[in-house]
Amino acid sequence: MALLRRPLLLLLIVTHQFLQLWIAFGSVNEEGQKQEEFYEELLLKPLPDRKVLTHFHFQSSAPPTSNGRHHHLFPKAISQLVQKFRVKEMELSFTQGRWNYESWGGFDSIPSSNAKPPGVELWAVFDVPQHLIDPLWKNLTHTLSGLFCASINFLESSTAYSAPEWSFPLASGSLRYGTLPREAVCTENITPWLKLLPCRDKAGISTLLDRPSIYRGFYHSQRLHLTSTGSGSEGMDLGIMLEQTLTVVLQPISQRASLVRDSEKHIQPSWSLSSIFGKQVSGKCVLAETSNVYLLLDRGLVAELKQLHKENEKSIENSLTSENFWTNPSFELSAKPDRIFIEECSLLSKNSSVLYKFEVEKYSEFEPFDLGITWKIPIVWLCQQAPLHASRFLTGSGNERGAIAISLKSTQTTEGFMGAHSNDERCELRVDVFQVVPWYVKVYFHSLQVFVDQQPKAVSDIIEKIHISPSKDKVSPGVMELVLKLPCSMSSTALTIEFDKGFLHIDEYPPDANQGFDIPSAIVSFPNFHASMVFLESDSLNKSPLLSKFQEWSHVMSYTEVLLVPLTTPDFSMPYNVITITCTVFALYFGSLLNALRRRVAEEERFLKDKSAKKTGQLPLLLSKLSAKLRGRRSEPPHSSPVSSSFINSKLVFKVILIAGLAVCWQYYFL
Amino acid sequence: MAETIENSHSDEKPKPRVRPIVRFGIFLVSHSFLVSIVCFTSGVLALFLLPVLAKNTYISENALMPGSASPMLSNQHVSDGNRLVKDLTNSNLKSSETGIESHKIIAQYMLDVGAEVSFHKFHPQMNQFHPLHFFSSPDSGKIQENYSCSSYGINTVGIIRAPRGDGKEAIVLVTPYNALTSSFGEVLSLGIAYSVFSLLTQVTWLAKDIIWLVADSQFGEYAAVSAWLREYQTPKFSSMSALNAEMCPDINNLFEIEVHSMAGSKFSNSFRRAGTMTAALVLKVRDQSEQFDDTISIYAEASNGQMPNLDLINVVNYLAVHRQGLRVNVEKLWSFLNLGWLKSLGEIFESLANIAKSLNPKFKFGIPATEYVEGTAILASSLYYQALGVPTGPHGAFRDYQVDAITLEISPKFSLDKVWRNDIILRGGRLIEGVIRSVNNLLEKFHQSFFLYLLTSPSKFVSVGVYMIAFALLIAPLPMVAASLYVDSNSSSNCSKGDSSTPSAITDTDEHGITIRSWRWLNSAKLVFIVHLWGAIVSVLPYFICQIPDCSPTTSFMIWVLLSILSLLILNSVLASPFACVKASQEKEWALVKSVTISSVFIGLGLMSVINFATAEIGALLMVPMCLLARPLKLDVRAGTFRSCCRIICNLVLGHIAFPPAAFFLLKGMLDGFGSANVGGFWMWVESLWAWNSATYLFIVKATYLSWMSKADARYQRNIFNIHSKKG
Repeated sequence: MALLRRPLLLLLIVTHQFLQLWIAFGSVNEEGQKQEEFYEELLLKPLPDRKVLTHFHFQSSAPPTSNGRHHHLFPKAISQLVQKFRVKEMELSFTQGRWNYESWGGFDSIPSSNAKPPGVELWAVFDVPQHLIDPLWKNLTHTLSGLFCASINFLESSTAYSAPEWSFPLASGSLRYGTLPREAVCTENITPWLKLLPCRDKAGISTLLDRPSIYRGFYHSQRLHLTSTGSGSEGMDLGIMLEQTLTVVLQPISQRASLVRDSEKHIQPSWSLSSIFGKQVSGKCVLAETSNVYLLLDRGLVAELKQLHKENEKSIENSLTSENFWTNPSFELSAKPDRIFIEECSLLSKNSSVLYKFEVEKYSEFEPFDLGITWKIPIVWLCQQAPLHASRFLTGSGNERGAIAISLKSTQTTEGFMGAHSNDERCELRVDVFQVVPWYVKVYFHSLQVFVDQQPKAVSDIIEKIHISPSKDKVSPGVMELVLKLPCSMSSTALTIEFDKGFLHIDEYPPDANQGFDIPSAIVSFPNFHASMVFLESDSLNKSPLLSKFQEWSHVMSYTEVLLVPLTTPDFSMPYNVITITCTVFALYFGSLLNALRRRVAEEERFLKDKSAKKTGQLPLLLSKLSAKLRGRRSEPPHSSPVSSSFINSKLVFKVILIAGLAVCWQYYFL
Repeated sequence: MAETIENSHSDEKPKPRVRPIVRFGIFLVSHSFLVSIVCFTSGVLALFLLPVLAKNTYISENALMPGSASPMLSNQHVSDGNRLVKDLTNSNLKSSETGIESHKIIAQYMLDVGAEVSFHKFHPQMNQFHPLHFFSSPDSGKIQENYSCSSYGINTVGIIRAPRGDGKEAIVLVTPYNALTSSFGEVLSLGIAYSVFSLLTQVTWLAKDIIWLVADSQFGEYAAVSAWLREYQTPKFSSMSALNAEMCPDINNLFEIEVHSMAGSKFSNSFRRAGTMTAALVLKVRDQSEQFDDTISIYAEASNGQMPNLDLINVVNYLAVHRQGLRVNVEKLWSFLNLGWLKSLGEIFESLANIAKSLNPKFKFGIPATEYVEGTAILASSLYYQALGVPTGPHGAFRDYQVDAITLEISPKFSLDKVWRNDIILRGGRLIEGVIRSVNNLLEKFHQSFFLYLLTSPSKFVSVGVYMIAFALLIAPLPMVAASLYVDSNSSSNCSKGDSSTPSAITDTDEHGITIRSWRWLNSAKLVFIVHLWGAIVSVLPYFICQIPDCSPTTSFMIWVLLSILSLLILNSVLASPFACVKASQEKEWALVKSVTISSVFIGLGLMSVINFATAEIGALLMVPMCLLARPLKLDVRAGTFRSCCRIICNLVLGHIAFPPAAFFLLKGMLDGFGSANVGGFWMWVESLWAWNSATYLFIVKATYLSWMSKADARYQRNIFNIHSKKG
């Protein structure tokens, strides 16, 4: 009996345990579905140079939980990464092409936070003591390189990354920054990026991501930004927010013939989602909280439209505030917007941008969502530019030295800023410059020169704060952080700094003669200016991460070009030649030296005398006489060599002639 | 080696056994006369053999892949280019007094295809002669003085940004254009460039930015391009350009109009840049057509005989011949084509090759005589232009910044009426497109192929390894002759000591005498040094003569000659005579002087061959026989034999031919007829050489004093002994 009861009891206990576990699990599940969230959004914006900006924004967040490592929506790889490396904040971007600051604008929050330098850029803030950061960074780069199929692991070496002090607002010494300007970006990078989305690219807005069409674009930047919140205590998991954005600038296909005709020259191309991506959205990703598509008309465009309306003698207020704005005389939308947001007027510009919102939820497979815009009248406008247009270039020529020059030129935004501060007499414009220079470009920081409006200025007048960590050969790159205070009235500023080109070790060169080495982009930021768009929102229920992103106050930032420094490149056939020549010279030198040292002149003389005395009898031979005659005719060196050697020589000569004759005969008759 | 020979030989002790190599050296030195004749003739022969030894060119860099893609330039783009040509010719008819209108048109066209446009205003910089700036890299120049508003040029620059590129590299396309006197050829070259440009704005394969520079050639093509390059590479951040712009309302006007009409952000009056330049193509179209075929001429020589990478020429040659059916020309000296002896030499080589071929059909090294003559003509012009050190076109400006560049000049078959215009635009455009596409493929710098070469035809070249043999043979006699002269002078003075002709030598002990004798060459070295110093002074003199205002070339040349003679006299009186007069036995001294001179010439030629091979080669051709034959006139006159008479004549003729003005007149006379040559012409020529900072100038001056050296032997002794000897 006892034997029977025991298994029963065991069974009971097991079932009980199981039930308990199941109940607990279910409760977690319910809780998770409430808290783990995923949003998908797409922003479309026509650009002045007949292109379209498409900006995908996916956000998933996991709340801080204490139990288990299970996630429903949130990608497990990312959460593990955050847990393991104690990442507080991290941003990774893959970019192809250059953001055109002049025609695509540089002031909004899209270019400020999404225009990235070509290649890979990675920065991360760690939540650990200082001495642990570097090993964690190294491990993080390896993990990310495995995760995204990219050579991010090259950022592991200490020559590749730097620790800026105060260029990043949130840094407090625990930030590491590195770039790989040469990294090529392609589909193998976007596939793992898409895997992090709950619906991948099978449903929702991400179905639009047709590889050929997004890689045909003029600019392509995929970004991954994650922030972890919550206590750093051991038992608790961190709350993580993962923000994935993809910014693509595409050119809608248009007929070239229309370009030629003058009347249609400035008319914008009409486009739709299906024409630029070749796909349509058939409903939302069911796991997403919201799934919206926005169309943004920026300030310049809206102002231009207003101007046109004024010309057409229509009331401006009416057309802007009414719901009918989407069917106005200048353009036509193919779908009816669900909401229209109008930006609050900002300080700097009187104009406000307009945002149309479309909810994808309403559409289904049978009635797919396809937003299109058709322009009716030609329109030309300008995007709002960054306060100063920054460009960077190399000067000088040759393989020895050169100079890096950063030139800042004022744009129309600065003029607006000046207007706002016109009563202020000592108006100053603050500009932060962050520049990393690889060690083989040896910068002389004392040679920093500043020119304001083509007049040389004392460095101390312009530069308020400077932080320099000089490069160490083969150990760390040089970092330069500057805070400039420029007078508002200036129209151009140039910073120059000279450098020497260093020599690399033989194994640091790429395997073949290369085009040169890269100096990563400098970051120029303007703390006086904040890129934010605050939209008048009547209800805060319909919260959207993209719009809240827009409302954040972030500094206006821009990246400069990547520079190519041609270093002295050894031709690798040269070492071979050098080795050969050197060896020959050494052999000759040491050979003769040893010979001279070893020789004993007196003894040799005696030896030779003996020998010549012995040899006199053996000589008279016919052949030797003949040869002696021959040789006597040809050469009579001042010191007649012993006759024996001439005899040997004549034999040798005879042999050579015989063999040569045979060879010639053979050649002539048998070939 | 010469050192060891001298040492071994100067030791008079009979050595029981000498190493074979030393024995060979001694043999060579003792037979230096024969050896030098053999070496020199074989050197000249090897030079004439170079066209036979030339190899076919091949595209060495695999990444270039020329012609692997079919050209995309269509009739659409051709008609675009034609529109520009039409508009420009119309605007020229309307208003010919100012070139601004046509610059506006070009800028407008560039903007229409979506390129970034900027104007670059420049003042032509006068070429200044810096005596010490021959090998330094180009600098940003001096701070400009105030120029008048009328003398400025405008370069129009259009830049296409590669859609997905990172903007680190750029390819430059240059079309020189003079808006004031725009010839139809220039306009057509703009049309070709524009058709390519409008294509390149649409293509997806672009990885490097494209810069199209319309260089304002009213101050010369080179000046415009080099001004733009100077601004690109070594900009001046603190300049007075703001003031200048205010003073000149004309150009301000231009900028304003542009900005208003465009209302786009693509235009700016600030200087625009793209990345590091990889290659540059200069495109020209010749106006008159005298050829039988559509031909394209390649000009490659840059300053100081630098050449672009051979791969660039190969790509152009390959695409022009195999894809576009154009005939490719390289510059040649036309006068060489009619030389009878050259033709017969070619025939001899041909027949020799035929004999060799009959012996063994595998021997294939002969080329037909006509081909040989043409190859020689091209080789000669290649040598001449490299030796001159003056760039043959605007591409020379790029080479100063280590950018590979060539000039392409298209000369069409027919007169440029409408029918053939389209054809030329299409073919020229496709050629340019193909070259740009190839360079665009390049992942690395141009490094794979040769930088040191001589062309003998567009598709044949002589590499450095081959032509150095000829040069080495030419200069090989010099050290031998120097050694043998040294040995001779030593031994002869020894003999004279034995004959007790010099009482001072007898009183000395033997050891002491040897030490004095072994250091006696210093005396002659001092003499050579003085002559070199004089040469250096003469070479610097023109810098000061330039400062004299309002001088015609003839008078300044006269001043130069007078000053140089004066400086020689001063030098002679200050440095030379007091020491030289001590020596009594100057009869034998000339041999030592000659030996030192020859060794210095040898060193100089060797160094020059590293810097500029062609100059060294031509210099060696002139100077080596002169150095070998030089003998004091006095001695020969005294000897009075037939042989010495011949020697005198050779000496005098060579000494005068190698004297640069004489050489210049002879050359000019040969090419243009003697009527055009005058003294002023030589001054102009020399002036042009300074302007290009040519190292050849240094060399020529060096050649001057070297040629005077032979006379200096005679003259020097004349000075000392006050003997009136004849002068030729």
